Amino acid sequence: MNKLILFGISIIAVLVLLAVFAPFISPYNPQAIDVENILSPPNRVHILGTDSLGRDLFSRMLYGTRVSLEVGLVAVSVSLIIGVLLGSLAGYWGGRVDNLIMRFVDIMLCFPTFFLLLAMVAFLRATIFNIMLIIGLTSWMGIARLVRAEVLSIKEKDFVRYAKAMGAGNFKIISRHILPNALPPVLVAAVLGMGGAILTESALSFLGLGVQPPTASWGNILMEGKAVIDIGWWLTLFPGMAILVTVLGYNLLGEGLRK
Amino acid sequence: MIILDVKNLKVYFSRGKKLIKAVDGVSFSIKQGETLGLAGESGSGKTVTALSLTKLISEAKFLGGEVVFKQKDILALASSQLQKIRGKEIAYIFQNPASSLNPVFRIGSQMVEIIMMHQNKSKKEAKSCALKMLQRVGIPDVQKNFESYPHQLSGGMNQRVMIAMALSCQPSLLIADEPTTNLDLTTQAQILELLQKIKHEQNLSLLFITHNLEILKRLVDRLAIMYAAQIVEFGENLFEHPLHPYTQALLSAQPGFEGRSQILKGEVPSPFDFPAGCRFHPRCPFKKAICEQEEPLMQEREKGHFVACHVAENVVK
Repeated sequence: MNKLILFGISIIAVLVLLAVFAPFISPYNPQAIDVENILSPPNRVHILGTDSLGRDLFSRMLYGTRVSLEVGLVAVSVSLIIGVLLGSLAGYWGGRVDNLIMRFVDIMLCFPTFFLLLAMVAFLRATIFNIMLIIGLTSWMGIARLVRAEVLSIKEKDFVRYAKAMGAGNFKIISRHILPNALPPVLVAAVLGMGGAILTESALSFLGLGVQPPTASWGNILMEGKAVIDIGWWLTLFPGMAILVTVLGYNLLGEGLRK
Repeated sequence: MIILDVKNLKVYFSRGKKLIKAVDGVSFSIKQGETLGLAGESGSGKTVTALSLTKLISEAKFLGGEVVFKQKDILALASSQLQKIRGKEIAYIFQNPASSLNPVFRIGSQMVEIIMMHQNKSKKEAKSCALKMLQRVGIPDVQKNFESYPHQLSGGMNQRVMIAMALSCQPSLLIADEPTTNLDLTTQAQILELLQKIKHEQNLSLLFITHNLEILKRLVDRLAIMYAAQIVEFGENLFEHPLHPYTQALLSAQPGFEGRSQILKGEVPSPFDFPAGCRFHPRCPFKKAICEQEEPLMQEREKGHFVACHVAENVVK
């Protein structure tokens, strides 16, 4: 295993542990308001300080980890399902099916993704689940293209022709002979996609269109911190760092796997 | 009993506006328990012929003629019916055993997959069937190699695995497309011996495709020679008494031929543009005026020995 993978996995492992055990680790209820301790800087009682409602930043960020990791996982799963399905259909059948699907991909790519996201958020209620779904629905195009390219090259391989010669049907050929061989690059894209999805969620929440308060997410902590950035630097620094480190972890892992 | 009867098979591909005639009017038949050899230069259409016998050429622009297998016209079958014939009744062995096996699965699970696809067996039964087959084709330490990946085995071993896989559903026809071309000589001999042994045990019909005539001489009952997308000579005693000038040249070019080798002039014609008349005439040392105009028909010149040539009688041995 190379160093990139090791480093990336360590970061992600720590984050996963923090997210899973958030209720046990967090010293306070993340939504408990404490008017006597508004905007207290990092100190012994509140190790990362408190926000403008006196809520403990460390606790809020722990719960925010949950949101971020979930968003990464679910959004990427959604885009994997759509991307792998459409990509393998296009690559395997070629011709008209391919043309139709790939032109649809092109059209989707023509929309500036973020405006597409904003438009969809406007129609759906901004629950965490909807946010994950929407991020997935707007980020599958790269995976579809990648899978299509892989399928195009793998379907010409001898073992695929042999499977067909021995009586395997189309579904079996795709699911058992082509996709397992296309897995490595798709895995890399998926891992890199998780970093991207986390960034997107943070950006949406920062704009107030993502995860809605009082549920904590790194993005909406940032947004609340922005208003008081001159007196409460910790409210923007720590969630910012958290996003940076998480995305870095996924990207390192992705880069490591690519090699 | 004739098990496979191919009549006037035509397979054309299109490239741009041009038509490539990969197989152009090929007819032959295979009897139960017989080994038929199909020989010819690279690009003469051997592999395309073999693959179109179960309609495996999906890119073909045109697929015509008749392929009758056990009273069924295969070219007219729907793909769901074809899938029941492929691997179960007609099985294949390909040229590159290592790349014809899926690299990400163990050979055991690939065998079990094929057995379960065609036979109503539980996973356990399929596994014991696969183990038995592997043993039969001479894989040592079957239990261990059942769990091997293709890249862990040698070329010869992989070819044995392919044979085991191909025969695991007791097909009545085995099509071997250059099965020993990429193997070294001793392994080649072992694989041929194995094929022959199994063929006799199962009363299997075998279509053996190669450009190596020496192998065919040892193995086949009848031989078909392909040139420029057509069969030019077909019959039993081709080795002893070849009638077509191309067959004669081919045989004389083999190592160990006593007498002078005939070296043919020119090249194999391009499939975009076959010469008019007999396709062999530009290279034929015996050509007459008629060869340039009229396409020769397949005729029975001796009992069970067919030749498509205008000058065959005049040809000196």
